[in-house]
Amino acid sequence: MTAAAPPLGTAPIRSAPIGQRLSGLVLPVITALVVVFLFAPLVVMVIFSFNDPAGRQNITWQGFTLDNYLTLWGRPDITGPMLTSLTIAAISTLVATIFGTLIALALTRYDFRGRSATNLLIFLPMTAPEIILGASLLTLWVSMGVGRGFITILVAHIMFNVSFVVVTVRARLIGFNRSLEEAGMDLYADAWTTFWKVTFPLIFPGILAAALLAFSLSIDDYVITVFNAGRTVTFPLWVFGVSRLGIPPEVNVLGTLILLLAVAFIAVQLWQARRQAAAAQTVTIRGR
Amino acid sequence: MSRGRGLIPYLFLLPGGAWLILFFAIPMAFMLLVSLQEGSLSTGYELTWNFGIYPEVIAESSDQIIRSVTYAFATTVLTLFIGYPMAYTIAFRGGRLKNALLLIVILPFFVSFIIRTLNWKMILADNGILLGTLKDWGMLEAGFHLIATPAGVIGGLTYNFLPFMVLPLYVALEKIDPRLIEAGMDLFASRFQAFWRVTFPLSLPGVVAGSLLTFIPAVGDFINAELIGAANRDVTMIGNIIQFKYLNANDFPAASALGFVLLVGVMVLIAIYTRVVGSERLTS
Repeated sequence: MTAAAPPLGTAPIRSAPIGQRLSGLVLPVITALVVVFLFAPLVVMVIFSFNDPAGRQNITWQGFTLDNYLTLWGRPDITGPMLTSLTIAAISTLVATIFGTLIALALTRYDFRGRSATNLLIFLPMTAPEIILGASLLTLWVSMGVGRGFITILVAHIMFNVSFVVVTVRARLIGFNRSLEEAGMDLYADAWTTFWKVTFPLIFPGILAAALLAFSLSIDDYVITVFNAGRTVTFPLWVFGVSRLGIPPEVNVLGTLILLLAVAFIAVQLWQARRQAAAAQTVTIRGR
Repeated sequence: MSRGRGLIPYLFLLPGGAWLILFFAIPMAFMLLVSLQEGSLSTGYELTWNFGIYPEVIAESSDQIIRSVTYAFATTVLTLFIGYPMAYTIAFRGGRLKNALLLIVILPFFVSFIIRTLNWKMILADNGILLGTLKDWGMLEAGFHLIATPAGVIGGLTYNFLPFMVLPLYVALEKIDPRLIEAGMDLFASRFQAFWRVTFPLSLPGVVAGSLLTFIPAVGDFINAELIGAANRDVTMIGNIIQFKYLNANDFPAASALGFVLLVGVMVLIAIYTRVVGSERLTS
């Protein structure tokens, strides 16, 4: 937001006194320090992914090597859990996105009895401590004699992902311009076609964002998973397990790769946003 | 918005809603039920309505309960002090870089929580990069350590929950009309006063939201205490106890009782928040 024009009658802006200019630096400096604070472990992670540990200890820098990146794939004790995590994430994302989008549509387009209750039901899992979510599910499984494993992890992940999908898609739906749908219906499309040809493509970015959020939450989850895992090992569980011996460089390798993916994803997002803004401007100019 | 078009909204709600009821709401009830049971894994459990377990468990873990609340409170305050300037800078000085800066704040959180915390542990290691260097320079005595101390655990908690504070603060600050601040500056003697009397009060909803979003997960956290706290029993939090009782000791009733205590505490906080804010705002 830019500042409003100076009120009438005031003198034109002079160069600010040095005291003010210095104090104007305080905020950006603090912000920069915080950013350093946020990224410190990541820097360490990237650097140590190239570390060549003599023994099993990955504490001090010993030598540069690319080996970790190469040998990683030949280690089933790592690729196994990673694959498990990816599978669970993929399935839970798919299911949660469908469930969540439906709920978001219901909440934003229809007025029905039980809205507050629904809002509460969506809100609570997001704010309750994860340990409660995981532990309470465990008591359910134990009480019903259900063995813990892949399926129970999957169920748990779908559960906590639904709320996040609802909130994300809902934010997108609220800004949605329904006159576009009406235009579609004016052109003789029925509700079903209108949804798929008009509504869905337009809310798709929101659905995609929700899916990505759900996916990353699922891959990263430790607390809820540990209560529901039984013998199954997901990637975060594996990391936690081997962390007693210090961080194996492979962990840093995977972390670095994930970071690169995230950076790439964000870069794509920013680039797309720019394209959309430019396109929107063109449409506006043409439309006038 | 269509008014209650018959069954359609309920149909849409059905899959997700049923899932949440089955696997979120009902387990909560089970947790309460299990806490009132007695027995063990080998002899089986019996529902004896053993309400006495609650005072028992609270007394036994009172240290951890108090510690968890203290740590979570400290974390909330720290994230507020660190996060507020950052949110303020992005909201008011961000300009075109706003979105990029926000993404930078979020970026570290794509990498697994555990990996980040482990690397923090490495940074804070007794003779690692940070402390080792300071000790070599003679600025710290040799026996100084951050691992397995409350400061270390709180540091880890602060690090991990910082975005939970920054983002709501940013949202609230962004909505403030800068002309109000200008008007404030015209009326008050200093920029600081304008901030304190105009900006800060207007940002309070964000402060409250951020505080809740930080405090609640922090109070139930056990990963930081376990990883950074190492084996030090003096920094264990209630989450560690709950986890231990469930997964190691298999003492389900006691663990469930503690879990339920935590849940009730959190519910109370959320109920206060809901009263103040209204339920529609919850999910937006």
